[in-house]
Amino acid sequence: MLDYTPKEMNEREALVVNPAKTCQPIGAMYAALGIHRCLPHSHGSQGCCSYHRMHLTRHYRDPIMASTSSFTEGACVFGGKTNLAKGLENIFNIYNPDIVAVNSTCLSETIGDDIGEIIKDTLPKLPAGKVVIHANTPSYTGSHITGFSNMNKAMVTYLSEAKKESKNETINVLPGFVEPSDMKEIKRILGMMGLSYIMFPDTSGVVNAPMTGRYEMYPEGGTPIQKIVEAGDSALTIALGDFSSKEAAYELEKKCEVPSSVLELPIGVVNTDAFIMRVVEQTGVTVPKELEVERGQLIDLMVDIHNHYHGKKVALYGDPDTVIALTQFIVSLGMVPKYVLTGTPGKAFDKKVKEILLAAGIKDAKVGNALDLMTLHQWIKNDPVDLLIGNTYGKYIARAENIPLVRVGFPILDRVGHSFFPTVGYVGAIRLIEKISTALLDKYDRECPEEDFELVL
Amino acid sequence: MSDFNKIHEKILEKYPSRVLKNRKEHILIKDSGETQEIAANARTVPGIITNRGCCYAGCKGVVVGPIIDMVHIVHGPIGCSYYAWGTRRNKGKAREGGKNFLQYCFSTDMQESDIVFGGEKKLMKAVEEAYEIFKPTAISISATCPVGLIGDDIHQVAKQAQEKLGIPVLAFSCEGYKGVSQSAGHHIANNKLMTDVVGTVDEKQGKYAINLLGEYNIGGDEWEISRVLMKIGYHVVTTMTGNSTYEEIAKAHNADLNLVQCHRSINYIADMIEEKYGMPWLKVNFIGVASMSNALRQMAKYFGDAELMARTEEVIKEETEAVAEEMAQYKEICQGKTAILFVGGSRAHHYQGLLREMGMETVAAGYEFAHRDDYEGRDIIPDIKLDADSRNIEEIKIEKDDQKFRLRMSPERYEELKKEINLSRYDGLIKEMEDGSILVDDLNHYETEVLVKMLKPAFFGSGIKDKFIIQKMGVYSKQMHSYDYSGPYAGYRGALNFARDVSAGIFTPAWKMIVPPWNKEPALKGKVAEKGA
Repeated sequence: MLDYTPKEMNEREALVVNPAKTCQPIGAMYAALGIHRCLPHSHGSQGCCSYHRMHLTRHYRDPIMASTSSFTEGACVFGGKTNLAKGLENIFNIYNPDIVAVNSTCLSETIGDDIGEIIKDTLPKLPAGKVVIHANTPSYTGSHITGFSNMNKAMVTYLSEAKKESKNETINVLPGFVEPSDMKEIKRILGMMGLSYIMFPDTSGVVNAPMTGRYEMYPEGGTPIQKIVEAGDSALTIALGDFSSKEAAYELEKKCEVPSSVLELPIGVVNTDAFIMRVVEQTGVTVPKELEVERGQLIDLMVDIHNHYHGKKVALYGDPDTVIALTQFIVSLGMVPKYVLTGTPGKAFDKKVKEILLAAGIKDAKVGNALDLMTLHQWIKNDPVDLLIGNTYGKYIARAENIPLVRVGFPILDRVGHSFFPTVGYVGAIRLIEKISTALLDKYDRECPEEDFELVL
Repeated sequence: MSDFNKIHEKILEKYPSRVLKNRKEHILIKDSGETQEIAANARTVPGIITNRGCCYAGCKGVVVGPIIDMVHIVHGPIGCSYYAWGTRRNKGKAREGGKNFLQYCFSTDMQESDIVFGGEKKLMKAVEEAYEIFKPTAISISATCPVGLIGDDIHQVAKQAQEKLGIPVLAFSCEGYKGVSQSAGHHIANNKLMTDVVGTVDEKQGKYAINLLGEYNIGGDEWEISRVLMKIGYHVVTTMTGNSTYEEIAKAHNADLNLVQCHRSINYIADMIEEKYGMPWLKVNFIGVASMSNALRQMAKYFGDAELMARTEEVIKEETEAVAEEMAQYKEICQGKTAILFVGGSRAHHYQGLLREMGMETVAAGYEFAHRDDYEGRDIIPDIKLDADSRNIEEIKIEKDDQKFRLRMSPERYEELKKEINLSRYDGLIKEMEDGSILVDDLNHYETEVLVKMLKPAFFGSGIKDKFIIQKMGVYSKQMHSYDYSGPYAGYRGALNFARDVSAGIFTPAWKMIVPPWNKEPALKGKVAEKGA
């Protein structure tokens, strides 16, 4: 397994090997699926749309619908205007969505198509009441997280409006690039607290839809367009995740004067506490007993089984917001993050992770952005860890080095559960602890000397 | 009006006039009473939710990627290489002392500055770094959309790198926007393998040396086919390209027969090899027990050796007996069920025989990226009009190689054999199907929904993008590109695997649980007990 990855760290300037990120459009497509009755549209070659749908489908095991401008060589020469204009007409005629969210690709960005202008010119030809928005998502900058952020921002730019004189009491929540189960859990927490909120995007009920025997091209989930419009009248926007949600929150502040708070994803005790405290601070609501019980159960578990994982060395990799929040959680478990890596470029990642590590007194960790999984593997080869936490792509390293892998993040292509069970909130943290403990103990049970094999652990 | 004609109408009624004009040429109801023509390998209408991918996917993803001992560098933004990493299930195993890079993904990860100032230097550096670290047998460079647009000369970079590093470096201009589907990419990839690799290593082969063309070892198919071939006494010089090495492909011209499994992706290369080196090709289908036996018998006839024929019959007997009992069990439970197949450029045809062996008839079928000859047979190739999209794909000119050309048999015997076996012949999908069944080219989402609703098949073989849509409609769907992570499906044992998987998919108990009990019958049966009672 990965037999040709040398232990010596070679200087690589140009070659990326086993990436820890993918390109912008897939993130934009995922975000767009979180609007009710939205069809994402990829303005580029057929392959982009096909690859993004395939990848999201493999992760969610549910229909991922999106259309494409089907560029040919001719369209590259003459521009993609006709493809997009005709495409939009066909989409509304045949598939009848309420809204189409167009993302660009490296192709349409390189030839310089002005998608906003094309949409303006085409709108009069579309059925009345239909909406088209777009985000520029050049694949050669940032990552899928940037694409998600850009589409989230486009929702605000195109849709949100400050219609009323004064702000109402509603809180906007931008959940970031997380699972539908996570979005549902955040809504559950806000619901328990009795708050009025608007969450967008919201993919719960879209990419984890039930089997009913009837196929719905636009399932029940997703944020209604009207809600995104109304977000302009809310009292506050809580953006979860610097990399995936901040831009949309700032846009809402700029456009509609809705103040914003940017918090970490509510993974683990510290970050979930921070989320709830910010809500309490804003609204003055009392935290319900049930939520306090959930928190108490989590802390109880953290005390009870700390011996399963305390002091173990961990390599964390994946998307920046997820990994930053996980680092905080891992530290609070008494585990030691040794390598913390993201493929997405951004110095803010290093800064935030280093702050967390510094506060925990961890000095010799390697932290980096815009890096690949070959680098992570080489670090591990030089100084191993006890546990890997990240997406499915880590399974090659896990097997090569015989290190247990806890699958968290995007994508998870070889296990299920992520669509249904959250990692955010106190309940999500309990699930993460269960996974971490199980992974470590399964390895111990499989490999320990027979005389040390024990019934009770 | 027959049900099938109704479906035809139902599909077309929703389309705006321009889409209707386009799509009706791609759909037909089989009628053996007339010569039927279908539109194929034509542009998909923008906005239509198609299953098709791009030229790059066909080139790097399908043809070049499976060569195991090469480092395949994708020149472009990160996504293109990332999505083609480990997702196609073309398996491979390193030869003794050799290398296998299938677990790796390589990219130049082009950034905005590369798009603005050009990416050639970065590409050259990436190739050098790949060589330094991995020491592969050869390196490939595949272009993605922006590369062609900004004018990076990947062929010049390849040439310089080859001179500098002393290993073959192959460049493929397979930008995603070229052609109309993956098919263009197959051509670009295969053309390069033909001009630069095949024929470069001479090595005399023993008896019964063959190549497997258009076989990609998905789920281990090639290993199962080769197991049977070797048992009979064949020697597989190379596969193109499943689990192949660079050097094996270079030796392809030394074999005595090309077997063509996937006609779509490689029939033109088989033609070229015949023209250049004198090696005939035989269209085979290794899917299904009967098809497999038929292919083996045709191969034996080709070599015309009594001993080989006897050995072939022996192996066929042994292998068919080993699977017969279990196959019969699956047939018993699947008998009378119907299927729809929409996949690739060959499998929608290949699997019909196997389904029939399970007692299942294919009532509708189509290809994602086929050309007209895949539907209508090779005879119509001269009649295919090249459109602008096809003309953009390079056609290479092949000439007889006087040094290496070798007739494998007398022209007379060749003509005689042609009457008996599928030498240079492929009759196409239309002929395979029953009258009244439906053929659809480049099937799209809307048409899929209509077909499932109206035909209510028990099984729909398609791809990952369709699978869960179809299943939400209550119909079992299997990915026929990746086999739902199972396989092999080729050969005798493969047929059994397929039949077992399909039976499990159709009969898994969950299908009967979709409707909750409270929606099946009145929930209130007795009086609700009074409070406190």
